[in-house]
Amino acid sequence: MTAPLLEVKNVSIRFGGVEALKNVSLSLNPGEVLALAGDNGAGKSTLIKVISGVYHPSQGEIWFEGKPLLLRDPQDARSQGIETIYQDLALADNLDVGSNIFLGREPMTKRFGFPVIDRAKMHDVAREVLQRLDIVIPERKLTGPVQMLSGGQRQAIAIGRAIYWNARVLIMDEPTAALGVPEQRKVMELIHSLKSTGVAVILISHNLHDIFAVSDRILVLRRGEKAGERLIAETNGEECVRLMVGDTYQALQ
Amino acid sequence: MTATTATLPPEPLDRLAWIGRVWPWLFLLALITFFEAWSQARIGRTFIFNGYNLQAILLAASAPLMLAIGQTFVIITAGIDLSVGFVMGLAAVILAQATLAAGDSNAALAIGVGVTFLVCLIPGWINGVLIARLGVPAFIGTLGMYGVARGAGFLSAGSGMTVSIDHEGLAWLGDGWTPIIVTVVFLLGAHIVLSFTRFGQYTYAIGGNPQSALRAGINVKRHLTIIYILSALFAAVGGILYTARYSAGAANAGESMLLDSIAAVVIGGASLFGGTGKVIGTLIGALIIAVIQFGLIFLDVNAFWQFIAVGVVIIVSVLIDQYKEKLASGK
Repeated sequence: MTAPLLEVKNVSIRFGGVEALKNVSLSLNPGEVLALAGDNGAGKSTLIKVISGVYHPSQGEIWFEGKPLLLRDPQDARSQGIETIYQDLALADNLDVGSNIFLGREPMTKRFGFPVIDRAKMHDVAREVLQRLDIVIPERKLTGPVQMLSGGQRQAIAIGRAIYWNARVLIMDEPTAALGVPEQRKVMELIHSLKSTGVAVILISHNLHDIFAVSDRILVLRRGEKAGERLIAETNGEECVRLMVGDTYQALQ
Repeated sequence: MTATTATLPPEPLDRLAWIGRVWPWLFLLALITFFEAWSQARIGRTFIFNGYNLQAILLAASAPLMLAIGQTFVIITAGIDLSVGFVMGLAAVILAQATLAAGDSNAALAIGVGVTFLVCLIPGWINGVLIARLGVPAFIGTLGMYGVARGAGFLSAGSGMTVSIDHEGLAWLGDGWTPIIVTVVFLLGAHIVLSFTRFGQYTYAIGGNPQSALRAGINVKRHLTIIYILSALFAAVGGILYTARYSAGAANAGESMLLDSIAAVVIGGASLFGGTGKVIGTLIGALIIAVIQFGLIFLDVNAFWQFIAVGVVIIVSVLIDQYKEKLASGK
């Protein structure tokens, strides 16, 4: 086994008097899918916000590729290859696929000596990235606003943007929550193909079915603490639910 | 990217987008045809194939157009700038006062123009800070600036409402085709910025989803501040052209042009919900308004009909915009 790509070591964070995370650790290997589960308010969002540089831990460290990582802001995390896809996907709905992939990092070219946005390149990359994810979007829709695309296609654009910018760790917050069944399946396939390219995925989901379909490990949080961690092959839905709601909580202590 | 063809695209939503793009052009064409026919029938003369009329229409379009170019940027970000009319008036007065104070050479005019831009930076910057940093709704922030610029304009004008200025260079700037050419230059510049630069791209992104723009690393607050400053500077150019054309700066120079500027943008296909709009669309919108206004004057129709006609066109444009929005969000 290679060294872990990402390690969270004993992280605690408080907001005022509330301890949102208590001494939580996790590690993530390349090509691994780690599911993060737990009830509402268990600390899942807080934990991913620590990893993506939004929050700064009160205690504990994050290690990336065997070195401690200091994240001042989300830009820092992104420049290291830690990308987060939030539920709202953070797409500009009025812009086309290529513009969304390059938003904030547009390629430039020269026309008549003036620097202009290289739309041809953006368009080509959009097509290439979607092809890599095996997503079919008709050519004429590629240049229209992404508002016109389906939920699964939009999810694919958000994923495509992350992998185009060389995401090493991809954090996905409830990627299937707003999708229909065929689209959910498509997203699961996407996670599978990401895995095969060596990208590590942290998947937040309420849906145990999804978790069992794609994950290697599951980490259950409860009231800001790690309630348990299991290999997917060695656990079942019932045990995970018990970890989440806490029937076996006392026993674990 | 394929060129727009004359055939209707197959999908309903594409068809809608296509109609949204071409209807201002068709409407302008229909209006011109309508006035041409009316003119031929009523007075037996051509309306549009006449150099004088053409110049008059373009001149009538150019002043509100200058405000409308800045307004296009603002509306794409889902904002609005209600202060542009009186910032234009303030600019008209300041140009006259500053140039008079500096003498009657061309250097004096250059000083006057410089001072005008500097003065107009202030309301634009304050608008930007209020809206981008302090979170004041654009409608309210710029309404406040509407009052402030109005008062400042009249105070700067002194006892009379207008400041006359007899300056050769200035008169040249306002004569014949010159203001039209100046407008076209600014129009092209704005079009290039909006369509081909990162600045333009970010303007659309912020209008589409400010949260996404922020997460993509775009400095949304700074960008919005610059947009409101730009809007005020375009208003300043409008004021300069006004003073040049009439050899006098008037504090109420742009009073009637505020609504025309917003109307031009909306008729041109921009959405008040933000995220869409083109400078070329705004040009068409301004031409539509100018053709209605000048056409009705040319045919000696009571001037108050202009307001009704332009008002109806605005309402219809907003209805079309809302209908598009509804269809697009409902998929």
